[in-house]
Amino acid sequence: MSTATTAVSTTAAAPADKLTKKMLTADHPTWCPGCGDFAVLNIFYRVLEKLQYPQEKIVCVAGIGCSSRFPYFMNTHGIHFIHGRALPLATGVSLSRPDVHVFVFGGDGDGFSIGGNHLNHAARKNIKLTYVIMDNFVYGLTKNQTSPTTPVGRKSKTDPTGSIDRPINPMKQLLATGATFIGRTHAAQVKHMEAMFERAILHDGFSVVECLSECVMFYPGAFDDSTPRKGGNFETIDETQHDVTDDVAAFKLADNLAPGKFGVFYQVKRPTKNALEQKWIDDTQAKLGGASQKDILRKRFEAMR
Amino acid sequence: MSTATASSPSSSRTTLRNTVIRLAGNSQDGIQSIGGFLARLAGRTAQEVMTYMTIPSTISGGPSIFQVHLGSGEVLSAGDESDVLVAFYQHSYDDHLNSLRQGGICFYDSGEVTELKQERGIHHIGIPFTAATVEAIGGSAKDRGKNLFVLGMLCSVFHLDKEKLVGIISKQFGKKDESVLRNALLAFDAGFGYSVGDVEQFALAPGEATDDGHRISTDGNQMLTMGLLAGGVRYGAAYPITPWSSIMETLRSELPKFGGIYVQAEDELSAVCMTIGAAFAGHLAITGSAGPGLSLKMEALSYASMAELPLIVVNVQRGGPSTGLPTNVEQSDLMQAIYGSHGDCPRIVLAPKDVEDCFYIAFEACQLARKYSCPVIILSDQALSSRIEAFHEPDLDKYWLEPELDISPRGEDFKPYPLDKITRHAPPGSKIASGKYPIVTGLEHDEWGHPSGSPKMHTAMTAKRREKLVKLAEELPAPAIHGDQEGDVLLVGWGSTFGPIKESTDRLRAEGHKVGAIHIRHLHPLPGGVEAILKRFKHVAVVEMNDSGLYGYGQLAMLMRARYALPHIQSVCKTDGLAYRIREIVTAVEKILAA
Ligand SMILES: Cc1ncc(C[n+]2csc(CCOP(=O)(O)OP(=O)(O)O)c2C)c(N)n1
Ligand code: SF4
Ligand SMILES: [Mg+2]
Repeated sequence: MSTATTAVSTTAAAPADKLTKKMLTADHPTWCPGCGDFAVLNIFYRVLEKLQYPQEKIVCVAGIGCSSRFPYFMNTHGIHFIHGRALPLATGVSLSRPDVHVFVFGGDGDGFSIGGNHLNHAARKNIKLTYVIMDNFVYGLTKNQTSPTTPVGRKSKTDPTGSIDRPINPMKQLLATGATFIGRTHAAQVKHMEAMFERAILHDGFSVVECLSECVMFYPGAFDDSTPRKGGNFETIDETQHDVTDDVAAFKLADNLAPGKFGVFYQVKRPTKNALEQKWIDDTQAKLGGASQKDILRKRFEAMR
Repeated sequence: MSTATASSPSSSRTTLRNTVIRLAGNSQDGIQSIGGFLARLAGRTAQEVMTYMTIPSTISGGPSIFQVHLGSGEVLSAGDESDVLVAFYQHSYDDHLNSLRQGGICFYDSGEVTELKQERGIHHIGIPFTAATVEAIGGSAKDRGKNLFVLGMLCSVFHLDKEKLVGIISKQFGKKDESVLRNALLAFDAGFGYSVGDVEQFALAPGEATDDGHRISTDGNQMLTMGLLAGGVRYGAAYPITPWSSIMETLRSELPKFGGIYVQAEDELSAVCMTIGAAFAGHLAITGSAGPGLSLKMEALSYASMAELPLIVVNVQRGGPSTGLPTNVEQSDLMQAIYGSHGDCPRIVLAPKDVEDCFYIAFEACQLARKYSCPVIILSDQALSSRIEAFHEPDLDKYWLEPELDISPRGEDFKPYPLDKITRHAPPGSKIASGKYPIVTGLEHDEWGHPSGSPKMHTAMTAKRREKLVKLAEELPAPAIHGDQEGDVLLVGWGSTFGPIKESTDRLRAEGHKVGAIHIRHLHPLPGGVEAILKRFKHVAVVEMNDSGLYGYGQLAMLMRARYALPHIQSVCKTDGLAYRIREIVTAVEKILAA
């Protein structure tokens, strides 16, 4: 923190341990065997091993859903919050603790339905964090209801004759939010997923990755069309052809996401809210000539005399 | 310039201990600002002061009043009746003449008010506010500035300290274009010099000189904000709503000076979640709203109880339900504050009794949130939010909490949810010696934060979250009794009814009744020692500004009946959206005594 907002009480740091997958592993995941989310978790361990952030500086945040159980399986500081509100919570962490790395995990229902409006605002404010949406096109935890990404015609417990509501297009939706890094990947493509996560994490701003992650229990086969070993086609974005800073091109690229392309749709540099708030703090404090906090408050009382 | 058409009131010059002046006009006439000047003047001259105002909720304006109670004795309420009415329009005159006491004085704009009622010995003094202001400033002013004309007039009528008043005006308008201040002072001088006839008997006694510290005058929302800043709050988020907004506006502009951040969130759900995020991150953080917004925060508030995170939530109550009466006062959110969430989720609920107390309640909320690691709700209200009072500046050497972020390494035995201790979280950034990092959770959990569906664990953890507040109740001091320590009737109040209840108690005692009063600042948990007090009186009357409900009891009365199981607890309620008048309370108590 560049300004002494708060007195930090900490004793001298021990020599940094090398961060290993073993250290990062916590409870054994409670996911169904074969759930796509396992691969996401494994790749996340791998990326963190590579980035070597201090263990105590990593924060995992999630709402509610199968995918949102993620923080329990990470041996880092974590918080399992309420359905749909992981992003506002993570915003509070990110803005008040510039010294930590904030990661948010959740499902399609958590992110695009109940939390949809928070996504708009966390993205437009360009809050510094990385958000992974594990999209399985279904509500897993509550056992097979229609989600905002469920394709039309797909049967669920809430659409017994097939879904009738047009699903959202996650890439177009995210482009409209003002997110400064938007990627799309696939839980069955670990190398691609690893590259996407790493780029998202290293992006200075609000980075979001939609990761297709199969719910083997309620929507098996949802992503066969993009899984080569099941006869599908996994097509990546050729960044020599696609200008990632061109939002109109990205929008066009997202025209058909069944199965569509994978990779970075969009990435631009824009000041984060974190940086803009800090600048306001610095400018404001520069005018105060080093007055103590108590004296600043005393001045306020003086004006009320 | 014509002299006023005064029907001259009786002659001899007397000194008034207390004077209530009601200014009635439209909101765009600037009566709030001259009322504020009077209040500030009173603060500077060591007089007591309390104000009361109504503001139309429509932005285009409309009828509006500002009432100032100035006095050199103890001023507890904004006053039932006014001594002086200043009527800017016929509608102001028609609506407010009955607020004037017998033999009071009514100044009216003779260019606007044409139909007078000669009643109750009221003295009418017609003055062409508008015309005289235009004459003083020049045609371009139209009628802007007539508020300052009236202020000048009141200054001379009441022999107020002109020099100080001009100083306050200059400070206010000095920031603007030079001509603005010039015109303001021209209007003020015109009013000051206007011959109003023989009403010079109203000289306001100066207050006793004070030397122990400075006196300040401001409103409840400002003091609440100052209390939060002194208590170490540096982060939070909120969404605008009347009458809460001025707190978030002040926090937004003040916090950068303290290195903090206040976020305008997209809605109240997000606001409380961002605030919980800052709390999880190790800070003391605050969100707030009015009743409708508090409802939106409820799910997350249950989470904070479950996860045992410290959190401050301010609710500046207004008339409900729904959009209700957004600019009126009501105390109908008590049950919501205590019980308005799903699950058994104990939290602390406090209420300030007056503007000054807004500071101390906010400060205490900061201490309690930290100490008990749970949500603390502050129930203020519309009346406190906007009314101005004068009092001593808080001593920051005594009331100051250094904001602290504790990310020191935690030992081998660190557990986020120990059953035998109050939770002390290790925020992100803290190293954990055992190598096992904690998870903060809303699922029922064991001591390490692992999800647990065990019936035993849920029982034990529910008790853990409850017992810390049972312990708090034992630590809270019993409320002091004002008036008789035992007797016929005990009045019980909470929130902004403090002044009127105290004044009513004094009046009832003067009438020969044995009456006492207690004021509950800690609403949940209720402090120990209350039961014994209740038992010393024949009747207990809980006075509240909410509905008596389906069972005949207001919200606090209902709670107290459940808590103490004493059948002599009765309820005095009202739902007109206005602050209590002394007369209303006195009449209600007399009725109880007669029954
Ligand atoms: C306020 C609230 N409403 C509803 C629920 C029930 N609920 C829990 S998770 C969930 C949907 C989960 O779907 P998704 O976010 O896609 O996650 P997934 O389980 O598929 O990973 C619902 C409806 C809840 N926990 N809280
Ligand atoms: S229900 Fe679906 S999403 Fe949930 S754990 Fe099982 S496979 Fe995964
Ligand atoms: Mg899902």
